[in-house]
Amino acid sequence: MAHEEIDKVTGVATTGHEWDGIKELNNPLPRWWLWVFYACIVFAIGYAFVYPAVPLVSSYSKGLLGHSQRASALAETQAGQAARAEVGKGLANASLDQIKNDPKMLEFAMAQGRAAFGDNCAPCHGSGATGSKGYPNLQDDDWLWGGTLTDIEHTITVGVRSTSPDTRMNDMPRFGEDGLLDAKQIRNVAGFVLSLSGSSVKGADVEAGKQIFAENCTSCHGEDAKGSHELGAPNLTDKVWLYGGDEASVINTITHAHRGVMPTWGGKLDPVTIKSLAIYVHDLGGGT
Amino acid sequence: MRVDENVTTGGDNYYAAAKKNYPAAVSGRLRTIKWSVLIITLGIYYFLPFIRWDRGPDAPGQAVLIDMAGRKAYFFGVEIWPQEVYYLTGLLVLASIALFLMNAVAGRIWCGYLCPQTVWTDLFFAVERWIEGDRRDRILMDRAPMSAGKFMRKSAKHVIWLLIAVGTGGAWVLYFGDAPTIVKDVFTGNAAPIVYIWIGILTFTTYSLAGFMREQVCLYMCPWPRIQAALTDEWALNVTYRTDRGEPRKSVRIGERAKAAGEAVGDCIDCKACVQVCPTGVDIREGLQLGCIQCGLCIDACDTVMHKVGREPGLIGYDTDMNIARRSEGKPPIYRIVRPRTVLYAALIVLIGGFMIYTLANRAFQGVSVLHDRNPLYVNLSDGGTRNGYTVRLINKRPHERHFALTVSGLPEGFTLEAQGVAAASGKPVVEVAADTTRELRVLVMVPNGIVLPASTPIEFYIVDTDNGEKASTSDFFKTAAPN
Repeated sequence: MAHEEIDKVTGVATTGHEWDGIKELNNPLPRWWLWVFYACIVFAIGYAFVYPAVPLVSSYSKGLLGHSQRASALAETQAGQAARAEVGKGLANASLDQIKNDPKMLEFAMAQGRAAFGDNCAPCHGSGATGSKGYPNLQDDDWLWGGTLTDIEHTITVGVRSTSPDTRMNDMPRFGEDGLLDAKQIRNVAGFVLSLSGSSVKGADVEAGKQIFAENCTSCHGEDAKGSHELGAPNLTDKVWLYGGDEASVINTITHAHRGVMPTWGGKLDPVTIKSLAIYVHDLGGGT
Repeated sequence: MRVDENVTTGGDNYYAAAKKNYPAAVSGRLRTIKWSVLIITLGIYYFLPFIRWDRGPDAPGQAVLIDMAGRKAYFFGVEIWPQEVYYLTGLLVLASIALFLMNAVAGRIWCGYLCPQTVWTDLFFAVERWIEGDRRDRILMDRAPMSAGKFMRKSAKHVIWLLIAVGTGGAWVLYFGDAPTIVKDVFTGNAAPIVYIWIGILTFTTYSLAGFMREQVCLYMCPWPRIQAALTDEWALNVTYRTDRGEPRKSVRIGERAKAAGEAVGDCIDCKACVQVCPTGVDIREGLQLGCIQCGLCIDACDTVMHKVGREPGLIGYDTDMNIARRSEGKPPIYRIVRPRTVLYAALIVLIGGFMIYTLANRAFQGVSVLHDRNPLYVNLSDGGTRNGYTVRLINKRPHERHFALTVSGLPEGFTLEAQGVAAASGKPVVEVAADTTRELRVLVMVPNGIVLPASTPIEFYIVDTDNGEKASTSDFFKTAAPN
C-alpha cells in the first residue's frame, strides 16, 4: 500500500482522507458482512426463479414451483372441510341426544352451530340469539313450537310460514281488520289476556273479555290460555311477549294479527349443520 | 482536500476479515475449574432427558419434559400447566438476579465459566488443539499451503465439530418428547420432520458459533456484556493485572541489568503468555475491557510463568482497581463480598425462591374459571324470573378422574343452578372431570319471579371434590334488569 499512516491515539491506519485537519480512520467493515450481502443477492435471484416474481404484459412469471397463494388458501380450506367431514360423519349418524351426551361431538356441534348461527340466524335473532320485537328470543324458556332438540331441529328444517310444503303453519285471524270483533270487544279481550300475566288495560271489562276469549281464542290458545306447541300458539299467561306485552301492542296484535316468517333451512343447510344449530340453540337457554 | 491514490486501489481494503485467535493451551487451578464446569454442565445437558420419573400410566415417564402437544411441562415431581407459566417467569427473574449477584461478587464470571457460548467454544478449542496442535502449530499450519496432511487434519477437526454440533441439536429435541423413542426414531428415519429441522438449526448454530464466530459472538452479538459491565462496581472482583506490582515491565535479562543500575523494575517480564492464552484475544494488562470474559486463564498462564522465573504468583488475579490504588499508596487491600448490594441480591433470591417453593407446595390441584355471557347479560323468563348464562371451566390437575359438586353463593334462597348435560345430586350438579384435563360447561343460574336484585350482584362459584373436599372458587356477577 502506498500510503500508511498510523493514528497515534487509536493505533489504526488512516485512509489518507483529510478534511480541515481531521483524518479519517480506516476501520473496514467486517468481511462476513460482504458475504452476507452476496448471499442475499444469490437468494433473491433464486427466489425470483422459484416463486412468481416478474410482471409481464398480460400475466406474470409463474415460478418453478407454480406457487399461488390463492391455490394454497383453497387447498387449506378443502383440507379443513375434509377434516370437519370426518367428525361431521359421526354427527350425521348420531341422534341429537347422542351428540348432546358425547363431549367430543358436543364440542364440535357447538362450535359449528355457533358459526352457522352467526352466518344464518343472527340477522333476525341477533348475534346473542336474544331476538327482538317479532323475532323470538332463543335465550329464554318460552318456545312457540316446542323447545326440545327435535322440535328445534324440525323448526329450523321446515321454517315457519315458509315455502316448504312441511312448514310450521298457523293463522291467527285478523279480528279487527276482518270485522270479527269490534274495538270495544278487542279492548276487553286484551284486558283479559293481560290480566293473566298480572297487567291490566284501562277501561277494559275483564269478565266480558274472558267470555270473548272463550268463544274466539281457546281453539288455539287453549282454555287455560297456555297455548300449544303443536299449533305454535303462544302461551298468553307468561311474561314473554313476542310482539310486545303492553296495552297498545296486544290490541294491535288482536286487531291485525302477526304472521312472522322464518325461512326453511332444509336444503339450504346440510342436515349436519342443522343438527349443530339445534344443539347450539337448545344449549343457549336450556330449551325444553 | 487531499486526494489519495489509496482510495482507488480496489475494494478489498474496505472490508476486513476478523483476526483469528490462536489461544494457547494452559493448565492451572482455574483451568481445572473450567474443565469441571464444562463436564458438569454438558453432562447435565446431554443426559438429563434420559432420567425416568414414574407418574402413573397416563402421564409421560420422563423426568424433565416440555410436552408441547399436551401443553404441560414436567420437572421431576413438578407438573406445570399453561396457566401456571408464571413459574417460568419466576425462574427467569431468579436467573437474572443470580446473574446480578455473580456480577456483584466477581464481575462477568458467568461469561467466563457458565455461558453456553463459552462452554461449547472451549470444547471446540479442545478438539482443535487435540488435532491441530497448540498455538504455534496451528499458526504455522494455517500459513502453510494446503497439503494432504493439512487437509486430513482440517477435515478431521470439522467432522468432530459437526458430530458435537449434531449432538447438541439432538439433545435439545430430547427435552420435547420421550428421549429414548426420539433417539431410536432419529436413527431409523422415523422422527417427525420438525425433529430433524430443529436438529439442523442447532447443528448449524453450534457449528458456526462455537467453531467460527467464537469471541465475535461475545464482542458483537451478545447483549449481556453491555448489561453486565454496567452492573459491576468498584467492589466486584475482576480479573486484574496488578500494575502496582508488574510495572515497569522488563524481560528477565534487561530487568536484572536495570535492577543492578538501581532502576525500578516490575514483576511482569512481558512474555505475553496472558495474551496468548486468552480465548477472546485480550491483553489484560490494558485493564478491564469489553472483550474480557473473566475466565481467568491468563491468571493460570501468568502464575505458571512466575513460578518458572521464581517470582511470586498472583501478578494477575481476581482483584479490584481500588485495591491496586490502595496498595500503591501503601494501604492494605480491602475485599468486601458482603455489602448492601450482594446482601440485597441474595435476599431477593431467597425471597423469590422461597415464595415459588411455597406456592408450588401449596398449589391447588383443581381450579375453576367462569366467563359470564356477554350477549345477553341476562334473560327474562316467562315467569318473570331472570336467568344468567356462564361458561364454566373446571380444571383437574390430578392424574385420576374426579367429581366436583358445583355451587354458587351470594344469591338469596330460591335460585336454581343448572349445568347443561350434567346430572344433579342433592341439588348440586356433580361434574365428572377426566384425569389431567379441563372440562367446559354451560351453566345457567336462575332467580325466580319475586326476588328483587340490584342490577349487579357479586356471586361466587365453588367446586368441591366429592371425595376429599378439596375446593376452588372464583367470583363473578349475577345481572338483572335494573329495578325501577
